[in-house]
Amino acid sequence: MDVVTSLPAPGQKRLGLVIDLDICVGCHACAVNCKEWNTGGHGAPLADIDAYGARPEGTWLNRIHTFEVTPKDAPAQIVHFPKSCLHCQDAPCVTVCPTGASYKRAEDGIVLVEEDRCIGCGLCAWACPYGAREMDPVARVMKKCTLCIDRIYNEHLPQIDRVPACVRTCPAHARHFGDLGDPDSEVSRKVAARGGYDLMPQAGTRPVNKYLPPRPKTRPDRPAPQLPQAEAGEATGFLGWLDRALERLG
Amino acid sequence: MHPAVSVILFTVTSGAGFGAIALIGAGYPLRDHPLAVLLTAMAAGGLAVAGLVASTFHLGHPERAWRAFSQWRSSWLSREGVLAVAALVGFGLHTLARLFTDWPVAGIGWAVSALSLATIFSTAMIYAQLRTVPHWHSALTPAAYLGFGLASGFLLVAAAGNVSALGGVSVALIAMALVVPAWAVKIAWWQRAASATLAARDMTAESATGLGAIGRVRLLERPHSGANYLTREMVHRIGRKHAGKLRVAAIAIGAMLPTLIAALVAWLQLETVFLLAGFVAMMAGLFVERWLFFAEASHSVSLYYD
Ligand code: SF4
Ligand code: SF4
Repeated sequence: MDVVTSLPAPGQKRLGLVIDLDICVGCHACAVNCKEWNTGGHGAPLADIDAYGARPEGTWLNRIHTFEVTPKDAPAQIVHFPKSCLHCQDAPCVTVCPTGASYKRAEDGIVLVEEDRCIGCGLCAWACPYGAREMDPVARVMKKCTLCIDRIYNEHLPQIDRVPACVRTCPAHARHFGDLGDPDSEVSRKVAARGGYDLMPQAGTRPVNKYLPPRPKTRPDRPAPQLPQAEAGEATGFLGWLDRALERLG
Repeated sequence: MHPAVSVILFTVTSGAGFGAIALIGAGYPLRDHPLAVLLTAMAAGGLAVAGLVASTFHLGHPERAWRAFSQWRSSWLSREGVLAVAALVGFGLHTLARLFTDWPVAGIGWAVSALSLATIFSTAMIYAQLRTVPHWHSALTPAAYLGFGLASGFLLVAAAGNVSALGGVSVALIAMALVVPAWAVKIAWWQRAASATLAARDMTAESATGLGAIGRVRLLERPHSGANYLTREMVHRIGRKHAGKLRVAAIAIGAMLPTLIAALVAWLQLETVFLLAGFVAMMAGLFVERWLFFAEASHSVSLYYD
């Protein structure tokens, strides 16, 4: 097989995630379900070391960071920030791989590792700007998000389960899965409507996954954002009388 | 970045080995005795091979290392492997031909020389290609690797060689003329590194999270309380505190000592074999330099963990 870690010609279909930072509550359910599904799924299990000891650690394909954001003129706010592979269009992790283990699928843009070819050199993890790849300490091969390739095309699963485990499990519906190459897909429309953005565009990776920013907060020191209201003209008749009567009551 | 011993050994020793092979291939006059030729070739080839073997120690699956020869079209690591093997095979043939035949070896020698330099260049490009590590992402990185490989290789070959002068110039002086500029490039590299920060490339917690439009961004909580592969490999902080002192040590041992030794050899017209002391000193200095190369480098993933 002639697997070449050059990137494939860009395809039309670009499967990926849209993560809504306005909604994520930081419960880690997506990460837990990701670990649960993927430790028994595609490739080697996701190892844990010293799981019940003093210094537990292990391999995760999705991790939830928590940031504090402080506007210039308002109190700080907390943003929970899930992060997994962004299935970049210009994926540097693929082109650096010496063995062809890392590759990007032409048909749907998913970036995968063929574990039997991986020599565990770690260079792809060095090339990824986002920390989306982790070397498994037991299998000693590179692990990363597969976009649950073994769910999304799995005809043995009911239709509702043919999405990545993280998307299926998120109790807040902060995660969405779809084709970001199709401008009319639900995910693309969300991105357009909410100003979805790329992480660290300076890295030149052109991620497929997009993040939706937190919506603006109401501020105690400013008038609350006004909801559009029906024009309130001077009322007449009975309602006008009632209005004036209530006014007088103070 | 985590300064793994295997990778430090790999880059320093294979650099010196391929530097020496490049010079022998280009026809540096060795002693006439076949045993001397063989021993010199074994020293140069041995360094190169030792470096390559060391590099396999940090692989998760060294038994699959042969697969790394396949992706030379896109991967610098793969190119490095292919070129290294080609250079070593060529060098072996070159050495055998010159020992046991009277065939002309100049042609293959030059090819071996070019392949060796290309190997050093590819080694450097494994690091220089990474936009995630701004310290490394510079043309000065391959320049420094090539300079160091040639200078350290020259000290070794000149110590083993047959001549005290090349084209009328003392080989000790030539050694100085290689060691000093190599370190000058490294000092330029350090100067550039001082301003080649993540922030200077607009890689900040704000751009990493995309939350900069709202305000200043600070990590409140890491995903897990324990360490992970990323924090150990890339969010490594050890030794930056002593970086200044270690740079001075690297320059004193790796630059000033070999220069001084070469100056003494030139001035007192000593046997060139004394340059071997300069070679040992330079290698020691390069180990310190290479440790810093990794330990001081920041990776953009640290923006999600610090
Ligand atoms: S997020 Fe990292 S691992 Fe995933 S495709 Fe992009 S560079 Fe590769
Ligand atoms: S760790 Fe495996 S997948 Fe990553 S670059 Fe090395 S061989 Fe390729």
